[in-house]
Amino acid sequence: MNFAKLALAVSFTSFAFTGAARADDMLWQDLGGVDAIHKIAVDTADNFLADPRIKATFDNTNMDRFKILLGDQFCVVAGGPCTYTGRNMKDTHKGLHLGNADFNAVVEDLEKAMDKNGVSYATQTRLLARLAPMQHDIVTK
Amino acid sequence: MRGWRSAFLALICTTSFSTTSFADEPAQASGSMLDKGMAMFDSGKLLATGGVSNVEGAGGGGLATWALISGYGSRDGIGVNGHFTYINTTDYAMWTEGVAIGLFDRVELSYARQTFDTQKIGGALGLGDGFKIDQDIWGAKVKIIGDAVYDQDSWIPQVAAGVQYKHNDRGFLVNLLGAKSDGTDYYVSATKVFLAQSLLLNATWRETKANEFGLLGFGGGKHDDYSAQFEGSAAYLFTRKFAVGAEFRTKPDNIGVREQDAWDVFAAYFFTKNISVTAAYVDLGNVLVGEQRGEYVSVQVGL
Repeated sequence: MNFAKLALAVSFTSFAFTGAARADDMLWQDLGGVDAIHKIAVDTADNFLADPRIKATFDNTNMDRFKILLGDQFCVVAGGPCTYTGRNMKDTHKGLHLGNADFNAVVEDLEKAMDKNGVSYATQTRLLARLAPMQHDIVTK
Repeated sequence: MRGWRSAFLALICTTSFSTTSFADEPAQASGSMLDKGMAMFDSGKLLATGGVSNVEGAGGGGLATWALISGYGSRDGIGVNGHFTYINTTDYAMWTEGVAIGLFDRVELSYARQTFDTQKIGGALGLGDGFKIDQDIWGAKVKIIGDAVYDQDSWIPQVAAGVQYKHNDRGFLVNLLGAKSDGTDYYVSATKVFLAQSLLLNATWRETKANEFGLLGFGGGKHDDYSAQFEGSAAYLFTRKFAVGAEFRTKPDNIGVREQDAWDVFAAYFFTKNISVTAAYVDLGNVLVGEQRGEYVSVQVGL
């Protein structure tokens, strides 16, 4: 009897979580799908290179590869059917001594790219909310 | 207290002076102390994340104080701003001008001067038409834990503690009301931005003796001690430049003049990190002669 109750509780809980996760995972579609997300990543990376505040950070970066990885990362974070093969945020930014102002410059460049691609503000903030905690790993200054 | 105030004023003057000289002589002698100093104004925070200057000159909304640190200096920089606010209610007018400095997104120092114009009520009370009460407010706020914006993976809000020293320049009048001309408020604010929901929530607990923010002095015959008061705010961000919200603020009735709680609904537009405008409809509750409702407009400029 107890086992049945437990099984019921577990299945109910996992059902609830799956439901929540599924609702949540609509974000990649609300961003316009996999291709649109990669387009946003390309525009974001182009904004980085045109941004005097942070462009020097990418002096030794293979930008073609970076654009693909950034797109994959946005896609995975948004719950999309992509695979991120890059390093984690902590290792990637180790030794760069980035400050909060640098992090926020990146956010502003991403916002600009999303504006350009017609992403509504309410959808933008959903993506930003998932990216925001990366500040803890990226900002080391 | 006088020494501390002078030091504070000097700090503000120095800041405004260096700001002015920068505008006059751009990019001269790169690497100089001045350039290094100016680089401290990094505008490193995201738009709107410094809030606006509230009615007491602290970073907040309109009536409520928030845990956000004023200005756009990141945790490696400094931000400074000035504001002017005008409130026109049923029987009175009030305006505030002030400055606030945010240091390393950790400490906020603020000064505001409020002028309360009694208009015709002053005449009716025998004080004379247009009788004015001025109040100086010196504030300091320190962020203790959390980050309202980045900590989206946790429920912990940004929490700040602050103190406001207020001096009412109409000592004889507030003494007649049974109140004192000077008072100090202590508060703790918790502010959280729920980014995915485009929502900002704030709650502030304030220990105060102030009557009508201090414009009618501190303490009184009915209640002469500190009491706990509450300030709450909720704001929805329609875009990163435009927020609409509502606020509530409780006030004690120390004098026994049926002082009531206040609320407002507001809209704030952030043109850039250098200029924002807040417009509100405010209800201050009964202030001596009846309920006071009206318009609130505030302009803020900063570096």
